[in-house]
Amino acid sequence: MAILDKHKILETNATLLLVFSFLVVTIGGIVQIAPLFWLENTIEDVEGMRPYTPLELAGRDIYLREGCYVCHSQMIRPMRDEVERYGHYSLAAESQYDHPFQWGSKRTGPDLARVGGRYSDDWHVDHLIDPQSVVPESIMPKYGYLTNKQVDGKHIGDLMRTQSYVGVPYTDEMIVNAQLDFNAQADPDLDYDGLLERYGEDSVNVRNFDGRHGTSEMDALVAYLQMLGTLVDFSTFTPDASR
Amino acid sequence: MSKQPVQKNEVSTTGHEWDGIEEFNNPLPRWWLWTFYLTIIWGIGYTIAYPAWPGIKGATEGMLGFSTRAEVAADIEAVNTQNEAINTRLASAELTEIANDPELNGYANSAGAAVFKTWCAQCHGSGAAGAKGYPNLLDNDWLWGGDIESIHQTVTAGIRNEENFDARYSEMPAFGRDELLEDEQIDQVVNFVMSLSGDPMDASLVGEGATVFADNCASCHGDAGLGDRDQGAPNLADAIWLFGGSYGDIRETVYNSRFGVMPSWDTRLTEAQIRAVSAYVHQLGGGE
Repeated sequence: MAILDKHKILETNATLLLVFSFLVVTIGGIVQIAPLFWLENTIEDVEGMRPYTPLELAGRDIYLREGCYVCHSQMIRPMRDEVERYGHYSLAAESQYDHPFQWGSKRTGPDLARVGGRYSDDWHVDHLIDPQSVVPESIMPKYGYLTNKQVDGKHIGDLMRTQSYVGVPYTDEMIVNAQLDFNAQADPDLDYDGLLERYGEDSVNVRNFDGRHGTSEMDALVAYLQMLGTLVDFSTFTPDASR
Repeated sequence: MSKQPVQKNEVSTTGHEWDGIEEFNNPLPRWWLWTFYLTIIWGIGYTIAYPAWPGIKGATEGMLGFSTRAEVAADIEAVNTQNEAINTRLASAELTEIANDPELNGYANSAGAAVFKTWCAQCHGSGAAGAKGYPNLLDNDWLWGGDIESIHQTVTAGIRNEENFDARYSEMPAFGRDELLEDEQIDQVVNFVMSLSGDPMDASLVGEGATVFADNCASCHGDAGLGDRDQGAPNLADAIWLFGGSYGDIRETVYNSRFGVMPSWDTRLTEAQIRAVSAYVHQLGGGE
């Protein structure tokens, strides 16, 4: 076959070989990835999903900074043992406002996709300060310094704007009020009506999460952990078997 | 014996030649070649049988109709069907009768142990011995009651959570932080409380502490400090301390107030699971 005999040209010309290899990889990549943008069953619409509140978003950043994802996944796989242990399997839609997603690839610690509401705030604070005080078998490091570091939320609006560039539906109103909402969520003495109105009355926890004065990194992280996996109401959700 | 060298003329070459070295074009082994063709055919068959090829808006569903979601649902259904009879019986039995029914009791204790290790051990410890701030479930010192009905109610609705309206609720005032008591009154009452189960730090303050106690604490903790389970007020006379029994610990509790929060489990566990874990906790040693 004449065309196959031509491969000698590629094999003897390094630059041409590189160009054609790149072409092959590109075509392969497009075929694999591009359909996902159009397939209607990639992400189903699920009721209850909302973008993170400013405080939760800050907590998520602390989660990333501390590398929690190195030991904790956020992806309950559709298998009976996982569903029995962690709750309903994760839906793609539950990660739709995550940039980047936190599915993780390693479970040294348990999956956290539905850790929200499973323990008390006090437990999270005790556990983050000294994991072995509540779970003696744990090998998790201590994160007590989070309580000492205050966060002011000065740049949280900018972070939300950045997230909105990649598709998170933060409204201008949410971004303008980011600082207010940030402060209100960890201090029930402030006016948090706006926060609830913007993000949803039932899905936002307003508490002094760490039980200490001011808004610390601990407040932000616990606020984030306590909402994980709580947005979708699975008592009304019917899974579509074709997905 | 060394083999005879292959005669160059019997097999043609690929035509490649580098520095005078030529490459034979020997045919591939037959078994290998046919295995290779078979894998290709099997691969095509697989993509027809299972979901595979992406289109513009959807992917092919596969002739076998396989779905991960349907598979896990079937897995769960199979186990549920297996246990359906006993779960129904457990969910409808009189709570107090569970212990008297050997079959129910055996099932409830095994199932309850599994539920406990999955959902409860993180706070109460894998051996149920608790930790500072998280009650020990092995002893007979109960905050909200240790009979099976009370335990069942506590597990179902939880304590001081925001998610369940039936959650048990009470809140100790922060006597120091909210300036309900003077600093010296707190010192007095802490010494009195210590004297109930052991030695006070300063015996001279116990007398005045008793007055402070009667005026401020007795309404929940009782005149003798024996506690009140209706309000989750702990017994202060038994030398069992949830938040520590040292002078500093007790003073901190009186000053800032401390109390635990427990989630409600009725949205996460089935009634049979809640009953199983209640029965398990009840038989750990302290059940009444």
